[in-house]
Amino acid sequence: MKIRITRYLRIERRGELGLMGRILMKILAILLALLFSAMIFAISGVDPWYAYTLIFVKSFTYSGLTEIATKLIPILLCTVGLTVAFKAGVWNIGAEGQLLLGAIGATWIALFVDVYDQLRLPLAILVGMVSGASWGLIPVILKVRLNVNEVVSTLMMNYIASGIVDYLVYGPWKGAREWGFPYTDKFPDTAWLPLIPGTRIHWPTLLLSVLSSILVYILLSRTALGFEIKVCGQGKRVADYLGIPYGSRLIIAMIISGGLAGLAGVGEVCGVHRRLRYASSISSGYGYTAIISAWLSGLNPIGSIPSSFFLAFLLTGRDIIQVSLGLPFATSNIFNGSILISILIVEVLGRYRIRWGRWTI
Amino acid sequence: MDYITEFIAMMVSASTPILLAALGEIYAERSGILNLGVEGMMAAGAAIAFYTTLFTRNIVIGLLSACIAGMLLSLIHGFISITIKSNQIVSGLALSMIGLGISSLIGRNLVGTPLRNSLGIVEIAILSDIPILGAFFRQNTLTYLSYILTAILWYILFKTKIGIAIRMVGDNPKSADSIGINVYAVRYGCTLIGGVLAGLAGAYLSVAYTPTWIEGMTAGQGWIALALTVFSAWNPFYALIGSYLFGGIRILQFRLQPLKLSPPLLSTLPYLFTIVALALLNIERIRRRIGAPQYLGKPYHREEAWM
Amino acid sequence: MMEELVRMVGITKHFSNVVANDSIDFTLHKGEVHGLLGENGAGKSTLMNILYGLYKPDSGEIYFEGRRVYINSPRDAIRLGIGRVPQIPELVESLTVAENLAMLLPGLTMGRRLDYVKEVAERYGISLDLDALVCNLSFGEKHKIELIKGIMRGSKVLILDESTTMLSPREIDSLFGCISKMRDEGRGIVFVSHRIPEVLRIADRITILRKGRRIASVMRNEVDEHELVRLMIGTDIDKSIAKDKVSLGEEILRVEDLHVLDDIGGEAVKGVSFSIRRGEIFGIAGVAGNGQRELVEAITGLRDIEKGRILIKGKELSSPRCFRLYGSHIPDERIGLGVLPSLTVLENIALIFYKSFSNNGFIRFNDLRSYARRLIETYGVVTPSLEILAGKLSGGNIARLILARELSADKDLIVAFHPTFGLDVASASMIRRLILELRRKSAILLVSEDLDEILQLSDRIAVMYGGRFIGVMDSDEVDLEKIGLMMGGVVAS
Repeated sequence: MKIRITRYLRIERRGELGLMGRILMKILAILLALLFSAMIFAISGVDPWYAYTLIFVKSFTYSGLTEIATKLIPILLCTVGLTVAFKAGVWNIGAEGQLLLGAIGATWIALFVDVYDQLRLPLAILVGMVSGASWGLIPVILKVRLNVNEVVSTLMMNYIASGIVDYLVYGPWKGAREWGFPYTDKFPDTAWLPLIPGTRIHWPTLLLSVLSSILVYILLSRTALGFEIKVCGQGKRVADYLGIPYGSRLIIAMIISGGLAGLAGVGEVCGVHRRLRYASSISSGYGYTAIISAWLSGLNPIGSIPSSFFLAFLLTGRDIIQVSLGLPFATSNIFNGSILISILIVEVLGRYRIRWGRWTI
Repeated sequence: MDYITEFIAMMVSASTPILLAALGEIYAERSGILNLGVEGMMAAGAAIAFYTTLFTRNIVIGLLSACIAGMLLSLIHGFISITIKSNQIVSGLALSMIGLGISSLIGRNLVGTPLRNSLGIVEIAILSDIPILGAFFRQNTLTYLSYILTAILWYILFKTKIGIAIRMVGDNPKSADSIGINVYAVRYGCTLIGGVLAGLAGAYLSVAYTPTWIEGMTAGQGWIALALTVFSAWNPFYALIGSYLFGGIRILQFRLQPLKLSPPLLSTLPYLFTIVALALLNIERIRRRIGAPQYLGKPYHREEAWM
Repeated sequence: MMEELVRMVGITKHFSNVVANDSIDFTLHKGEVHGLLGENGAGKSTLMNILYGLYKPDSGEIYFEGRRVYINSPRDAIRLGIGRVPQIPELVESLTVAENLAMLLPGLTMGRRLDYVKEVAERYGISLDLDALVCNLSFGEKHKIELIKGIMRGSKVLILDESTTMLSPREIDSLFGCISKMRDEGRGIVFVSHRIPEVLRIADRITILRKGRRIASVMRNEVDEHELVRLMIGTDIDKSIAKDKVSLGEEILRVEDLHVLDDIGGEAVKGVSFSIRRGEIFGIAGVAGNGQRELVEAITGLRDIEKGRILIKGKELSSPRCFRLYGSHIPDERIGLGVLPSLTVLENIALIFYKSFSNNGFIRFNDLRSYARRLIETYGVVTPSLEILAGKLSGGNIARLILARELSADKDLIVAFHPTFGLDVASASMIRRLILELRRKSAILLVSEDLDEILQLSDRIAVMYGGRFIGVMDSDEVDLEKIGLMMGGVVAS
């Protein structure tokens, strides 16, 4: 399609963008989002330039970078999980809740189950993943069986999960030695994830998160199951036409998605906090952040690594301006949302190119 | 007031924001636009209404600015989903985030601030003395407005030419286009109505329901409004009735507190109920085959029909 | 009498890389019926959609009553007094007839508007039930509503797009009555059709399009049927697709008292029974919207069965997967179901074969690729590479891609739904030949609106009307007139 604007300028449709082109488009989207957020900050009396430089300067210090790496872990795990769900056409907005359930599962093993010390951590990881996956199963089964919109149901499940965590830490699981804080007791050290010395980076989970992105990449691009999951993303009718079992493939996708989010929850309680705390301190919106990260990666599991890193950087920046400028952390949602919007806009722009020169058919 | 009347009064009051937002979303969805950004538009509306009312001391200006804020946000969604025909789900989610962000940015220094001139309760003479039903007439002005809006919006949707045009655009945009209805204009219009009402719903929370600024005061009510839209079968009148169910559950959560149930657990009640309601409803809907607008969430390309 | 209403000059329109209209000139006078004749895909509808503002031409000019006009949307067309009766009714199924008509007359109250509708209907002898829901109407009744819309809108020009394809002979007669009446009132009417006898019957002047080009414009009294066939097809048609006898094998598909609901809960298929054996083509003829779609979807597992049984090779159909074990399905929804436009050509072929090219769950892409390359060559799919998105292929190539995938799977049952609809002559005849060839080893269910195709290929023919088989006959005992009547719902005694 060609649209003629003047005699010498025209816009025409172009073919598929190459890898570099797609990356450039994503960077353009980020810049657009920065611009848009800057406008909103400026209107509400916060100097955006000051805020942005502050984020950059403070992030690229040793402690800033280790903090980014720590936040990268849950974001990457959730992102990779969401990629599978989104590919299957399941709009899982519930990574946040699935993460919290993972945290609950791990806490249960860490504090309340009598097992051999060597088994405690592996079992915590396993139970955490299973809890996350089963939390994701409820909405997907409702979707497949009863056609319940999963966007609304997964979101509701997030609120319920956070209610359950709060119930536990204010109620039955409240620690005896915590002076009335809504925390559980500290985990025994057999349930601790080892850290890179001097940091809060729980490296086994970091390793698992990178591994998961590679495995999911292979799953989606090389295997029959991954192919079926992608085809189901085109809708139930298409799956039925081809004789692919729609429901079971969606459920498998959601088990992977919820399981990885659950693992992220395990990492937070066994690696970072070493106890269960009230919900909003366990996850500062990692599950929601992962939605943006997944979209920014173009639903590519390998691309998830850089895009999760970028969002981890943003979250760190958010903590910095929260302290320095007194901005509540939800403020960073402006930026998150505008990234999504600009990705959509840039995607459409990327389909066209502008040409100079005389108009010929 | 006896216990039941008081309960009903609280229920109606708690259901108003969900109703207002759902009314708007019904219009958007009837025209084929799925706007998942209700929560964000509500949050932004709440903050802006609170802020402007606090500083201008004029509630009307506060309400209007909330409507404008909701409208501007929904305009973004309209642009993405109507003009550039991109992904409505992602755009709606983005809108939710932006709205929540703006809300907390505006409210950053207001936390805990009470509002001196909030919307008070206006008792309607005679009507408010009716036993039990009188509870419906011991409400604030915005709740009365929501009754009237329900009636007007129902009438427009089902009894006027504009309403037919809206339903045509959502059910079969090609046919609407070919008889000369401007599909894009109708969709923009309905999306904006959705934004205005979501903004107003947010304003209700901050200037009428709890006239003190609390961060995150929407607490998922925008999402519940989305569920109510489906629940109401895209009919304003059913939305009114449905909203009392959702509002009732919200109140029940406080009424059950004396039973020594854990408050965090009780607070999950509305969300749990929403899921259960959608599930039960869909059993019925699949049986009776009541469908959503046929083109919900699908952009309209005029030349797509070829081939 | 010969006052000019519309003049279209040098209209050109591309769709991706296909030329749908190649600098076409077209004029319409007051008080004339102008037949626009051409095969499916000749560019008739595109040209008329441009006149009606649904498409924008890439180049070319339109004059209306001598003035240069820019018709950017149907609104503009309607304002000029141009009305259109689409081929397939574009009504909102969930609304009533009155609601569908209500948008037509601005400035009147609902009651006055309906009075006017009734008056117009009476004047043209069209009977209407204004309170009925559109979804409960038959195709012919829906067409009448579109006709009313067109009459009320097209005060000067009325475009009838393939209006007769799905009407019974009696309905066609009454339509032609309306057309004559409007011609006498001085309106200009464009009668778009690919049916030569009808064009000859009603048109005053005839323009013939072929492959997007205008071939000729002739007066009615200057031509005869043979001349028009020559102009329309270019060469004489290859009617000689040889059909030999094939000995019948075992029963592959058996359908017993099948009842199926449509999307909104009405009964679309009301008790259909038949069986197909290996080696035969069972053709289902009928006007669209008489339950064929629902029947095909039920057999292929895409739609639930309300009552009755479907047996494939003696086993009851329990899931879509069950159909796929023994069957192939060529759907009419080519883009979005037959071919997934956002997947590559290779992936589209893989949709059926990924399992047979897998080891331990991993797809052997190299083997798949060379297999796909062979398939594409055999079936003549023209594509720059296997890795481009299938959505970029042209319509004919998309149809061939589906065929390549579905027919090479070597299944016992093949369900083909409108397999050649909208295709060029070469593709269509290739597809027909393939289907005949496949009858040697499979049982074939062919559902088509193209009566010629059904007659040419089928061994047995059923006519579907109102969700039932109104008649089933062997192809050698077919009487064209009888089938025509049956398609219109008239049972020949």
